[in-house]
Amino acid sequence: MKILVCISKVPDTTTKINFKENNTKFSEENVQWILNPTDEWYALVRALELKEKLGGTVTVVHVGKPDSDPIIRKALAIGADDAVRIDAEPADSYFAGAQIAEYARGKAYDIIFTGKETINYNGFMTGGVVAESLDLPFVSLAMSLEMEGSAATIKREIEGGKEVVKVNTPFVVSATKGLAEPRIPNMRGIMAAKTKPFAVAQPAAGSQFTFIKSYELPAQKQSVKLVKSDNVAELVELLHNEAKII
Amino acid sequence: MSVLVFAESAEGKFRKSAREAVSYASKVARKLGKETIALALGTIDASELSGLGKFGATKVLHASDPRFDKFDSGAFTKAIAQAAQKINAEVIVLSFSNNGKALGPRLSARLKAGIVPGVNSLPETGGEFVVKKSVFSGKGFANFVINTPVKILSLSPNSMPVEQTEQTAAVEPFSVEITDKDFGVQVVGVEKESQGVPLPEAEVVVSGGRGLKGPENWGMIEDLAKILGAATACSRAVSDVHWRPHHEHVGQTGLTIRPNLYIAVGISGAIQHLAGVNGSKYIVVINNDPEAPFFKYADYGVVGDAFDVVPKLNEALKKYFASNN
Repeated sequence: MKILVCISKVPDTTTKINFKENNTKFSEENVQWILNPTDEWYALVRALELKEKLGGTVTVVHVGKPDSDPIIRKALAIGADDAVRIDAEPADSYFAGAQIAEYARGKAYDIIFTGKETINYNGFMTGGVVAESLDLPFVSLAMSLEMEGSAATIKREIEGGKEVVKVNTPFVVSATKGLAEPRIPNMRGIMAAKTKPFAVAQPAAGSQFTFIKSYELPAQKQSVKLVKSDNVAELVELLHNEAKII
Repeated sequence: MSVLVFAESAEGKFRKSAREAVSYASKVARKLGKETIALALGTIDASELSGLGKFGATKVLHASDPRFDKFDSGAFTKAIAQAAQKINAEVIVLSFSNNGKALGPRLSARLKAGIVPGVNSLPETGGEFVVKKSVFSGKGFANFVINTPVKILSLSPNSMPVEQTEQTAAVEPFSVEITDKDFGVQVVGVEKESQGVPLPEAEVVVSGGRGLKGPENWGMIEDLAKILGAATACSRAVSDVHWRPHHEHVGQTGLTIRPNLYIAVGISGAIQHLAGVNGSKYIVVINNDPEAPFFKYADYGVVGDAFDVVPKLNEALKKYFASNN
């Protein structure tokens, strides 16, 4: 199995979000950057499990500048064999996906994994852009994936249940909860990551279709109305008369 | 020039998110002074097709090829792209559903059209084409500008009210040039997990956290959900220890939902959980810890033991519905 895993860099899940320059830029002050959770926990780990069972290689690919190197090293420490950083700011999600597709083109990857979404822009974009650019089948929101020869059986999340699908390699798949259990890098992995192959690739000519003009924070809630626990009928009353929701 | 909306169906009927998308598309079309044309794929009841007129479609293109009864993002993308080219679509509207999330990026790459995935309001169309979407999993919003001639918007479920009219739509057969090879993904089965409303589409959601102490205590949560016609959800902690299935996990690394009413029981309200639910119109928090951060983000709260409060709430709601129906 020759596997490529797309990884992204995002603010840590506990980050308080702030904007600057008249709300036109995301403030990176005090932001801790992490590997995007679904990329790390599910896509990368399932790729490694397949490699351990069937042999082959797992390469991680990332679109970003040198400040992304720590998260790429983490992916190597968890167990990827080698890494490629495409040296460009990911201008928008189409740009990033198309860069990965151009990098992967002609390299005969059997499976290209991504996480279902990044937790910064929540677009669910990368897998679909890569698949369409390379004219490959795409299975999104995979909760389990089993290989038999070149055929994969995947359960994907649909509204109210799961859909069972079959697809042959090569294909693109996006990962969600259930696909694997997160792995924590151990000391040996962290040491090994320092000497694993890590290439920096020049970006292909790319297009940007969208840009962010401004940001807003959600409106503050009015202070909570508390109801006594021995008078929950009052809550029902409020939901009916005030919120008009029941 | 027109606005094309892909109306997603399942088992011969349009999904709720499809009706929302058609209604949204017709509002966009009205702003632009264009026609709203819907695309439907696969076997769908005739009354359903013309019924899209009620939600604002003037015409429905229907490709009845039964191969479209099963979803493949590549084949569906080709079909939508062909329809968009046929009618010279300026804006394409999709649902930000599980399938729509796979279609948007493919369609964007195929048509070289900019997309804003997961919008929750109408675009500004005066000068630049600007549309708002939630980012950082609900911790903020970003105003995106799309600068390609064709623009794609996918609409978050439950974010726009559906408007109904008396109109019926003209249904026109549409033939898609497609081969079996385009269906690279074969659907071989479906495993249904919940009987009621799917969580992403639910208008009322009842959610439980660690405060419930164990999976055996979810009966009262399910009762509450049943009384309200709600879907059930849970915190990450609960789904990580397998008290509840993964698909119920809401929060930053799970689902982001925007119901009209979100009732959180025994969930403290960590920032990662809030991110997934703070688009809810009303939030009710039941927690025995008056210091739980969730109360700061709630509209209504009850400080008390869930095992005491929830059964009482269930009784009060039953009484309310019995006297109001």
